[in-house]
Amino acid sequence: MLASRVFSLVGRRSISTSLCLRAHGHGVVKAEDYTLPAYVDRRDVPLPEVAFVRDLSAQQQALKEKEKASWSALSVDEKVELYRIKFNETYAEMNKGTNEWKTILGGVFFFLGFTGIILIWQKHFMYGPIPHTFSEDWLSAQTKRMLDMRVNPVEGISAQWDFDKNEWKK
Amino acid sequence: MSAALLPKPQMRRLLARRMKFHLLGAFLVSMTSAALYKFGVAEPRKRAYAEFYKKYDPMKDFETMKAAGVFECAPPK
Repeated sequence: MLASRVFSLVGRRSISTSLCLRAHGHGVVKAEDYTLPAYVDRRDVPLPEVAFVRDLSAQQQALKEKEKASWSALSVDEKVELYRIKFNETYAEMNKGTNEWKTILGGVFFFLGFTGIILIWQKHFMYGPIPHTFSEDWLSAQTKRMLDMRVNPVEGISAQWDFDKNEWKK
Repeated sequence: MSAALLPKPQMRRLLARRMKFHLLGAFLVSMTSAALYKFGVAEPRKRAYAEFYKKYDPMKDFETMKAAGVFECAPPK
C-alpha cells in the first residue's frame, strides 16, 4: 500500500511542464531574447546571424521590396539605408579608437598622487626617527671601512676611490 | 556608391606575410640586444678584470688592509 502511494506521487510529477501548459491552453513557451541568435559588432564576425534592425518600418519594408528587383535601380542613399538596416556600425566606426586612455592615465596619476599624500602624512606624523647608523659621521666611517677592506675593487666602490690621492676618482 | 570599384584587397597569404615580418623582426631584435649586451657590458667587464689582475699584488694588498686595521686575527702591530 505504501509502495503504491509513492508510485502515484512519482507518476504525477513525471508529467512534463510543457504538457501541463498545453493542457491548460498555453501552447509553446515563448523563446526569451537571449536564447535567439543575436546581432554583434565584431571584427572577426563580418556577417552576424541576424540583421541589426529587427522590426522594419513601412518605409523600410518598401525599400526591402525594392531590393528584390535590380540593384542598379537603387540610389546611393537607398543602398546606405539598406546597409544600416543590416548592420549597426561600419568597420571603420567599429575600429575607431576612443579617448579612454586619457581617463585611465588621469585616474592612475590621481591615485598615485593620493598614495603619495598618504606616504608624506605617514612620514611626518607616524614614523619615528630613522636608525643612528644613517647619520653623516656613521656613513663616512662606514664608507672608509669599506674602502679599507677593498670592497668590490674591480668595478665597484673601491674602483672609484683614488687610494694614492685619498679622494674620489674624477 | 560611385561607379568605380574599390581595388580588391589582399585576400591570401596574410598569415604568411605577418609571420615573415615578425620572424625577421624577432631575429634582428634578439641578435641586436645580444650584441649590444656583449659589447656594452660583457667585454668591458672582462677587460676591467684583466686590467685589474695584471698589476695585482695580493701580499701588498694584504699588508695595506692589515695596516688599516680591518682584520680581527691580524691586527696592525
